[in-house]
Amino acid sequence: MELIELRDIRKTYFLGEVAVPVLKGVSLRVARGELLALMGASGSGKSTLMNLLGCLDRPTAGEYWLDGREISGLSAKERARLRNRTIGFVFQSFNLLPRTSALENVLMPLCYTREPLSEQVKRRRAVELLERVGLADRIDHQQSQLSGGEQQRVAIARALVNRPSILLADEPTGNLDSQTSQEILQMFQRLNVEEGITILLVTHDPGVAASAQRTIRMKDGLLAGIGEVQPAGTP
Amino acid sequence: MILYGTVKTALGALRRNVLRTMLTTLGIVIGVAAVISMMEIGNGATIAVKRTMASIGANTVVVVPGAATTGGVNFGAGSVMTLTPQDADAIVRECPAISAVAPIVRARTQVVYGNRNWVPTYIYGTTPSFLRVREWTDLAEGEPFSEHDVLNSGKVCLVGQTVVRELFGGRSPLGKEVRIRSVSFKVVGVLRKKGANMMGLDQDDILLAPWTTVKYRVVATSLSSSNQSNSAAAGNLYPCTQLNLYPIPSTAEQADTPQPIRFTTVDQILTAARSSGQIPAAMEQVGELLRERHRLASGSPNDFNVRDMTEITKAMSSTTEMITKLLLCVAMISLVVGGVGIMNIMLVSVTERTREIGLRMAVGAEPGDILRQFLTEAVVLCLLGGLTGIALGRLSSYLISSLLHWPTATSLAAVVAAVVVSATVGMLFGFYPAFKASRLNPIEALRYE
Repeated sequence: MELIELRDIRKTYFLGEVAVPVLKGVSLRVARGELLALMGASGSGKSTLMNLLGCLDRPTAGEYWLDGREISGLSAKERARLRNRTIGFVFQSFNLLPRTSALENVLMPLCYTREPLSEQVKRRRAVELLERVGLADRIDHQQSQLSGGEQQRVAIARALVNRPSILLADEPTGNLDSQTSQEILQMFQRLNVEEGITILLVTHDPGVAASAQRTIRMKDGLLAGIGEVQPAGTP
Repeated sequence: MILYGTVKTALGALRRNVLRTMLTTLGIVIGVAAVISMMEIGNGATIAVKRTMASIGANTVVVVPGAATTGGVNFGAGSVMTLTPQDADAIVRECPAISAVAPIVRARTQVVYGNRNWVPTYIYGTTPSFLRVREWTDLAEGEPFSEHDVLNSGKVCLVGQTVVRELFGGRSPLGKEVRIRSVSFKVVGVLRKKGANMMGLDQDDILLAPWTTVKYRVVATSLSSSNQSNSAAAGNLYPCTQLNLYPIPSTAEQADTPQPIRFTTVDQILTAARSSGQIPAAMEQVGELLRERHRLASGSPNDFNVRDMTEITKAMSSTTEMITKLLLCVAMISLVVGGVGIMNIMLVSVTERTREIGLRMAVGAEPGDILRQFLTEAVVLCLLGGLTGIALGRLSSYLISSLLHWPTATSLAAVVAAVVVSATVGMLFGFYPAFKASRLNPIEALRYE
């Protein structure tokens, strides 16, 4: 069973009377446990595809099957719950809450979970995740006291706190130096192998894409080439 | 539990920008503090006004005898003497709405001191509680006469300022003796100046003595007939001999207004209601009690009349109502200003935290969660402001009363109202920014710079 299946997804924005088609029929299958990269020039529609995959937006036409469920017609509220349960986001600019400790940042998505978890369970889970990403000694540090790499690791811990099956990373290394980028990419690979989390990296850096098992290229709202699944290579 | 989490999140968000939180709250703090101190000063003013009104007799309820009717001819109020001193005692004993009562025996005659003489507007025979009924207890000089003097028909009196001026030329009359119809009275006290009443009659032109003395030694008329002031023959040295213990009404009068024999009567009974609000209750209680005591069958007319000072009471209630309304207006304006401040800052805050909102939405916050969070922040802000405002308001009203000596009175209602109103202001003015936040598109919010 595929985790993600897109069938002829179209997205058209309307600027007044003018219709701007951004996605012009994208079909894609992603198996559970894949680590894949989505590449493309700016304006190719990869951000729009990313938003659709992340259930932040709805396609104009087409079907989106996530975990055996057709979800293109869900309401905003249902999509919010879905995001909370099954999707984790990592952003280029980290998006940590200012003047808030690393631990509280990681705990934040748990405010909106519908699972009945006690404060202790939530806290333990967050601390474990911070230890996993190697920030055991930075738990009470605030956003401004963390380096870029550390901030991104906090963001990854935050994305994982609800135990999602998919991690969407939008240019996760765009604001980091090459040394830290490598560390972050290795962390993605480890999570992919050890936890079996499906990871989608959106990037336009071929070096980053090389760390994925396969690469999807986008051009003018269409998939230009769907690469074959390769064993995770060293970049 | 959910509420606890939301409030915690809200407090966390507010703590992230302490200075702005404090400045925002300042509007509400000042508003609520203004409400509290205004209300307390207003309450103090109201109480002061009520006290002043009470001293001109707003709480006074007067009981006067009824009218005699003989063969269809009505002789007018007071033409039959139906009130007794025992009635007065019973009223203060049995009517819970009455705080003090004073029977009054009137006389109008000449008062002589040395080579001067004067006819005061009022010569009242009464009891010491008259001073309490009229709110006249602190004397300018001397002491009031006692209950003992009333029992013993003591020949003592209190005089008003006008009498002092006319008889004593302004010198202290304490210990001097004045003569009223050949009976000499020792002046034991001088009343404070009260001025003219609403009819323009000089209230200081008064002489107070024990009612027994006035009744038996000065007036000493037959008991059931009226017009004591002119019926006593002038120059009668021993007026007591006229005392008739068993008055015999004419047969016609007896037939028309049958009544138990009264040994001693008074001209009127002055009572004071406990507060202006209790005047109607007091009038009803007095009426019922007197009907019972006078053994009036149901359906037969009262042989007395109970009156209140409607005009003064009305003036008082409209004055205090005015004060309250005025203060309410001021309070409302300051709270609305504070609320607009909250709304302003919440709008800024929503714009500034657009990315945070986008992030929260991306990780699964529903629009309702965002709405609740921002609304809670506004309400928490207002409640914090409200509580600080209450403290500040109490402090300032305390300072005002201790430094400026304005009367203030604590008002629990104001405190409760301030809390409720500040929470409501938070809801009202927090709703729009919160709603705006909850309508944000997560994609655009995340991309917002």
